[in-house]
Amino acid sequence: MSSEANMETAAHPENLRRVAIDPVSRVEGHGKVTLLLDEHNVVQQARFHIVEFRGFEKFIQGRPYWEAPVMVQRLCGICPVSHHLAASKAMDQIVGATLTPTAEKVRRLMHYGQILQSHALHFFHLASPDLLFGFDSDAAKRNIVGVAAAYPDIARQGILLRKFGQEVIRITAGKRIHGTGSVPGGVNKNVSLAERDELLADMAQTLAWCRDAVGIARRLYEQNVELYDDFGRVDAHTMMLVRADGAMDLYDGGLRVRSKEGATLFDHHDTARYWELISENVKPWSYMKFPFLRSLGPESGWYRVGPLSRVTQCDFIPTPLAEAARREFLAYHGGTATGATLGFHWARMIEMLHAAEMIGELLHDPDLQGTELVNLGQRQARGIGVIEAPRGTLIHHYKVDEHDQIVRCNLIVSTTHNNQAMNEAIRAVARQYFDGRALTEGLLNHIEVAIRAFDPCLSCATHALGKMPLEVELLDVAENRIDTLSRDGYGLVGPAV
Amino acid sequence: MKPILVIGIGNESRGDDALGPLLLRRLAEEDFPDCEFLEVYQLQIEHALDLAGREKVLFIDAGMDTPAPYTLNRIDAGTSATPCTHALSPTELLGVGRQINGAMPESFTLCIRGEQFGLGLPLSETARQHLEIACAFIRPWLLN
Repeated sequence: MSSEANMETAAHPENLRRVAIDPVSRVEGHGKVTLLLDEHNVVQQARFHIVEFRGFEKFIQGRPYWEAPVMVQRLCGICPVSHHLAASKAMDQIVGATLTPTAEKVRRLMHYGQILQSHALHFFHLASPDLLFGFDSDAAKRNIVGVAAAYPDIARQGILLRKFGQEVIRITAGKRIHGTGSVPGGVNKNVSLAERDELLADMAQTLAWCRDAVGIARRLYEQNVELYDDFGRVDAHTMMLVRADGAMDLYDGGLRVRSKEGATLFDHHDTARYWELISENVKPWSYMKFPFLRSLGPESGWYRVGPLSRVTQCDFIPTPLAEAARREFLAYHGGTATGATLGFHWARMIEMLHAAEMIGELLHDPDLQGTELVNLGQRQARGIGVIEAPRGTLIHHYKVDEHDQIVRCNLIVSTTHNNQAMNEAIRAVARQYFDGRALTEGLLNHIEVAIRAFDPCLSCATHALGKMPLEVELLDVAENRIDTLSRDGYGLVGPAV
Repeated sequence: MKPILVIGIGNESRGDDALGPLLLRRLAEEDFPDCEFLEVYQLQIEHALDLAGREKVLFIDAGMDTPAPYTLNRIDAGTSATPCTHALSPTELLGVGRQINGAMPESFTLCIRGEQFGLGLPLSETARQHLEIACAFIRPWLLN
């Protein structure tokens, strides 16, 4: 076993050999993991780095505020709708608007379409190869093409679920990607009866597949309970939005923060004063910031956001099928799944089911066909939009001058909230699997499996896009290269050139 | 359904990465009765469904290292590649499509050489010239 120190910084790194996983594959954007091993191959230091930074906040400065909901979507090809809506919520405050029922419900419909498609993409495309084939199975088949060959029905369901979510987005936002449906103060279109009926035609099948997906996630957990319970497990404080009655609400609400022991530290905290709860720390070895709870400080105040936190820490899910699934999740095996890193997948599928139920509910609401789309009020200088994006709490904060130009922008994205939690998870995996063992692709994939459980979007976190070859170097204590392993941008593994 | 699908890939906010969408939009405004045009930021798994039933698919994208001014290559479905992000390459998309839908259409990539891909940068003058040349080439190709 490695030392029980926190493994963030080794006592004598100069005496250790270095292993780098660069970049982590099948997450958006690119990151790098470095491990420092001593002469006994015991991991003494493990870090998840973000190796590229591009300042989107700078990019948006000087733009007129009404452009923000469209511009920010170019942060990311995976969760543009989350940025679209978080920016829109911030701009609602800039224009002093209280949304009409039609505007709020069209936006919610758009958001639940985004949750559904993003969760489907992650589970079926990115996570299922590891979960169905095994973490150290043949890397050449451990991908969506392999899943489609071995489990064609599951692959097809994943694709069609993703497509349904994208259709919800297309109808509410105008396009499948980078729509313009949400505007400061409301929306620019409602949902026609024809559009509603188009979506309703696929609703029953979508719900059935979402229920099946929860079942798949549960069965995978059941088949290897010990592995799923313990793999990369870390105890973490949690943060999320909740509705006034404590229900899960992914579009709006107050901030709830709970300690790792389950004590409520803050509840229904006004999102417009989010900075009273959290601050951001920087570390010299990563471009991604490290948010922490001010009340607990940077060392112990890190927390986890996203599906696992939301499903376990809300008081209830306000749709019947997802709530029943949540109760089963909480009760399973004495509740061990609720703190398991691999419990993310099960929780994510429960949220996908909830999103499908919400879409079905909203489609029967006549307010979607309303014609009062935009509301304006007293112009304000500051706007803060907070939303529960697929990966967790997303904060957009803007200041706008008297010329309607954005003069300040601060984005705290879901993946950034999870920065320390991901680092802790890879340290747990390193302790569990790496010590004293020879380096293999399958072993390295264990690290990536832990990171992927969070579904990090490094594009959002760094405000960059990109993918680069993975290269692993084994260095001896004199930093001589003794072995290499690489994975190129298309996943082909071999000796580094 | 139209027999030819043209997919333009790229992010307008990253300089020459806009080449795919810009060429796609220009073509979409012209008269190509057999073509359907689809603009995407990245290729995703559900785009495999858009390929089914087509005779021909053309992916238009910007390239950093591709020979100037452009290359046109025929591509086949990938069989063993591991996607490294949420997005897919054209060959990976064809691979998924083949598993889901069976035979895939004859497929090509038109890759236009770009020079600068930084966030917030405009289209470079060199890329603009490449765009014009590629556009002149692909018009008759689409009609044949």
